[in-house]
Amino acid sequence: MNATRRTTLAGIAALAVAPFGAHATPETMRAAIAAVASGRPMREGKVTLDIQPLVDNGNTVPMRVEIDSRMEGADRVRAIHVFNERNPQPHVLSVAFGPQAGRASLSTRIKLGDTQKVVAVAEMEDGTLWTAGVDVIVTIAACIEGIE
Amino acid sequence: MKRPARIWAILVVAGFAAAAGAQTATDGRRSGFADMSPALQAIQRDDMSNPAMLWVAEGEAQWNARAGNAGKSCADCHGAGESMRGVAVRYPAFDAKARTVVDLDGRIDRCRNEHQRASSPAPESRPRLAIAAYVAFQSRGMAIAPPTGGSLDAAAIAGEALYRQRLGQLNLSCAQCHDERAGGSLAGVAIPQAHPTGYPLYRSEWQGLGSLQRRIRNCMTGVRAEPYPFGAPELVELEVFLMRRAAGMAWETPAVRP
Amino acid sequence: MAIPLVNAPARVRRGEVFEVKTLVAHPMETGFRPGMNGTLIPRDIVQRLRCRFAGADVIDVALSPAVAANPYVAFHVRAERSGTLELTWTGDNGFSASHSVAIAVE
Ligand code: HEC
Ligand code: HEC
Repeated sequence: MNATRRTTLAGIAALAVAPFGAHATPETMRAAIAAVASGRPMREGKVTLDIQPLVDNGNTVPMRVEIDSRMEGADRVRAIHVFNERNPQPHVLSVAFGPQAGRASLSTRIKLGDTQKVVAVAEMEDGTLWTAGVDVIVTIAACIEGIE
Repeated sequence: MKRPARIWAILVVAGFAAAAGAQTATDGRRSGFADMSPALQAIQRDDMSNPAMLWVAEGEAQWNARAGNAGKSCADCHGAGESMRGVAVRYPAFDAKARTVVDLDGRIDRCRNEHQRASSPAPESRPRLAIAAYVAFQSRGMAIAPPTGGSLDAAAIAGEALYRQRLGQLNLSCAQCHDERAGGSLAGVAIPQAHPTGYPLYRSEWQGLGSLQRRIRNCMTGVRAEPYPFGAPELVELEVFLMRRAAGMAWETPAVRP
Repeated sequence: MAIPLVNAPARVRRGEVFEVKTLVAHPMETGFRPGMNGTLIPRDIVQRLRCRFAGADVIDVALSPAVAANPYVAFHVRAERSGTLELTWTGDNGFSASHSVAIAVE
């Protein structure tokens, strides 16, 4: 688990220094992804990023990310990182998988402040990186009601 | 808090022309569940992923916890939570002791004050929503069965009048949206038929649980009307009317809505 | 009062991969939302969810404000022998919650 944890924490530390202003942009997202990749090439494939293409309320958007892997040897997935283009910050979450993980998959719910692209990057045991992106249209953005 | 009103105003101006041709209410009543995206429907269908179940679990803990100067739990007097099955689908009801019509939340609050001798948590506070959700959850799947009787009949008539009365700066009645334009949309937002089948429910917009009264107040703010205060007789009357209008429909608590 | 909800099977077959679904009550306040007086409501989020089974890691998740309120996280565990599934959530303002489930492998 040590390698895994180091991977994730290095990723998060890199995100903390990634430059972002009031809102993430496609550029800040690219910078955040580059920080995780640290020079390694990324290939499209292996990653399934499942988000409904049309969202009725951006506050609760179901998301599932899964990597086609037997979770053994070089094929093991160490971590998955998820990013977005237009929320206030580019980072959505990172998950590191330990030896008891049965699959490289995670389901959760995220907030999307606007119509945008969401990108997942998976880091394999052999250091290779795989990625997938999804375009999501949000009709009612997150956080519009404010405090009542 | 002026923001939703502004957004609604834009939606009404931009969207009503398009929605005007949409179908008017038919006798085919449908729950707001039917108007949601499949993703939100899936959340409501699976208790293990429905965040409203967090409140139900808290409500269960409250049900069994001694409280107030009387040091009694709900369970001490009522037994298991299942004893509440069938209660939520027949509220609001006439409370003979208080000589008034009360909704489920108001009825629970009376037990809290009189039987537990405990003080009332604020409207829409976590403990208040949690116990109401736990009690209402016991009736899930049952048909709405509103009681009748002099005071309730009068409340239903008053509630219907409020439902048809034009409100706020946008000068719209509940009926104009929920009967005449139900099934249409306001610039992308589906207009449901306003059935009270799932309360308290988890609304994505709220990022939490809320009561039917909160929902009605939201709609009032939406048309730029001053909402009736929580617990106001007008809100209870609207609840009575909405429950009668939904008589026979399936109870969903704890539902999920956008 | 944070009562996490955790759904995991009580017994599984050896080597079986099963899904665990979790919910924890938390506002996930982003830190980017204006409050009543116009100033930003301070950030208050769950930062981390860690799950271990029989003493070894399953997942370690770093969450950001972009995770929805009342975080739902589901994932898969492989069990070779009986053990305890231990979940801990930690976050801003000293937030912490935990839950454990005994799982028998037959
Ligand atoms: C301008 C149109 C409009 C008016 C007027 C209006 N509403 Fe609504 N109402 C909506 C829309 C749209 C929704 C769906 C939620 C949303 O996105 O705001 C809704 C949702 C509801 C719901 C939730 C139904 C469910 O499935 O849980 C109830 C109940 C409701 N309204 C009651 C009322 C009442 C009572 C009034 C009058 C006081 C009223 N509304 C006035 C547009 C309106
Ligand atoms: C000391 C005993 C006592 C305690 C404690 C108590 N109740 Fe009650 N409850 C009653 C009695 C008696 C009634 C019947 C109406 C009346 O006489 O007030 C009642 C009625 C009700 C009803 C209406 C049932 C119906 O069929 O219409 C609900 C709902 C209810 N209680 C919920 C609760 C909840 C929730 C709690 C805990 C927060 C609670 N009660 C605590 C004694 C109690």
